[in-house]
Amino acid sequence: MHTFEFIRPADAAAAVTAAAQASTAQQGADVRFVAGGTTLLDLMKLNVETPARLIDISRLPLATVEATPDGGLKIGATVRNSDLASHPTVRRDYAVLSQAILAGASAQLRNMATTAGNLLQRTRCMYFRDTAMPCNKREPGTGCPAITGSNRTLAVLGTSENCIATNPSDMNVAMAALEATVHVQGPKGSRAVPIGDFHLLPGRTPQRETVLEPGDLVTHVTLPPPITGSQQVYLKLRDRASYEFALASAAVVITLAGGTVTRARVALGGVGTKPWRSPEAETALVGQMANATNFRKAAEAAMRGARPQTENAFKIELAKRCLTHALHTVAMS
Amino acid sequence: MRDDPHARLPNFTRRAFLSTADSSAAAAAIAGCAPTSHRTAERGSPGAAADGPMIEGAVPVTLRINGKEQRLLVDPRTTLLDCVRETLALTGTKKGCDHGQCGACTVHVNGRRVNSCLSLALMHDGEEITTIEGLGTPDALHPMQAAFIARDGYQCGYCTSGQIMSAVALLKEPCGPDDADVKELMSGNICRCGAYPNIVAAIQQVRRNA
Repeated sequence: MHTFEFIRPADAAAAVTAAAQASTAQQGADVRFVAGGTTLLDLMKLNVETPARLIDISRLPLATVEATPDGGLKIGATVRNSDLASHPTVRRDYAVLSQAILAGASAQLRNMATTAGNLLQRTRCMYFRDTAMPCNKREPGTGCPAITGSNRTLAVLGTSENCIATNPSDMNVAMAALEATVHVQGPKGSRAVPIGDFHLLPGRTPQRETVLEPGDLVTHVTLPPPITGSQQVYLKLRDRASYEFALASAAVVITLAGGTVTRARVALGGVGTKPWRSPEAETALVGQMANATNFRKAAEAAMRGARPQTENAFKIELAKRCLTHALHTVAMS
Repeated sequence: MRDDPHARLPNFTRRAFLSTADSSAAAAAIAGCAPTSHRTAERGSPGAAADGPMIEGAVPVTLRINGKEQRLLVDPRTTLLDCVRETLALTGTKKGCDHGQCGACTVHVNGRRVNSCLSLALMHDGEEITTIEGLGTPDALHPMQAAFIARDGYQCGYCTSGQIMSAVALLKEPCGPDDADVKELMSGNICRCGAYPNIVAAIQQVRRNA
């Protein structure tokens, strides 16, 4: 591990100032915020992350979950994943978020990992994590050995010829289905970014994963007011029963009236280069009867743009069945 | 009649044996490893080292480990795991994968279980750390330690302290009554020997008796 300067700022403004001189907030950043450390320390030990300055934000007052004036929920950046998953309001009104968090990592990691850290979780692509290998995300222009190599766990949606790395987060998938907003405090002020715009597709710049610029600090995430009468579920399929990343997952928030879908929010995990909201599936569902035929149609629509790699074509059918099963689960509940 | 092997052997621990058996070889092996932290001399003089050489860029940190305040000087890179094992010689906590994947390094921070390998010692200034050494003593085992022995919840023992620290924390967490619930909440602790059924049995025994 490279050595670094360790700073504990007095408030969020000081944290922003201490980070603002960085050359980038993306891959290769020389300044990083740290709270739980579960992604960052892991990657620093691998020399994938080599920050010269670490800014400890774990003691800033960003660890609360509160109601917003409009009836939604404000979730602080440093709220621990385990606290968020067990929060009574989250369990009652945003069950898909609680389920998604509890489907990820281990009890120890959930006690450490934070809201903002999970939002910024890095890919598990083995080439990204191995500095002996080329990787366009880690070292732009060196190539993507995953495309001709080991890609069984990698993405089929949102890929480019430069990168097929999967976003590994479960929480992000639920946040996408709940239409969360990410709140950022930066050198030029504060701004709110819809979660769908927060993560970027790899395209020709896979080293850029989010819209964050130097000094930008995620302070909190807000959720809109809960949808009355909605049914929610997070279904995760993986190689073992627990403590494993998704091969495919689905977050579903739908409302039914008399057997007809009146509102649908669908997001997929484990298959996309970013948390994958599927407006195609939502459009296919709304106004239709909640039955097996229409659920399958929605799943087909969700995966229509999928591009298989050499080892992961199975994920396309797996994701369809995952979404279909998730829809069945909520429709029957 | 049971034969007690300890009655016939000198009172050696494996660690003591290794450190005295071949001191020149041990010294050569250690020479390549720069210390990343050491205890400070006394209260109020964080810059002075009581033992060990100066560490460039070292930063003072105070941890409460097993109820005892420890004032330390650490290289900022020092993980909580390395600090506990190397600086404080509390070697009950084990280093397995060093990447948060195995759970061998599990300790409690302010009563909650964490992977000490993925945390910097500096980030725990003033916090309460409990390691396996703080749980019970050979004469007064924690009920979970006793249950692991009674249920044979280990073979080689390397993962055991992490398993027990996780299991003790689980007692205070929301966990359903079934074995499946325990398995899910213990999935962050890997046992290469496969002692899982007995580990679950030990935990369930403690939960039933609680």
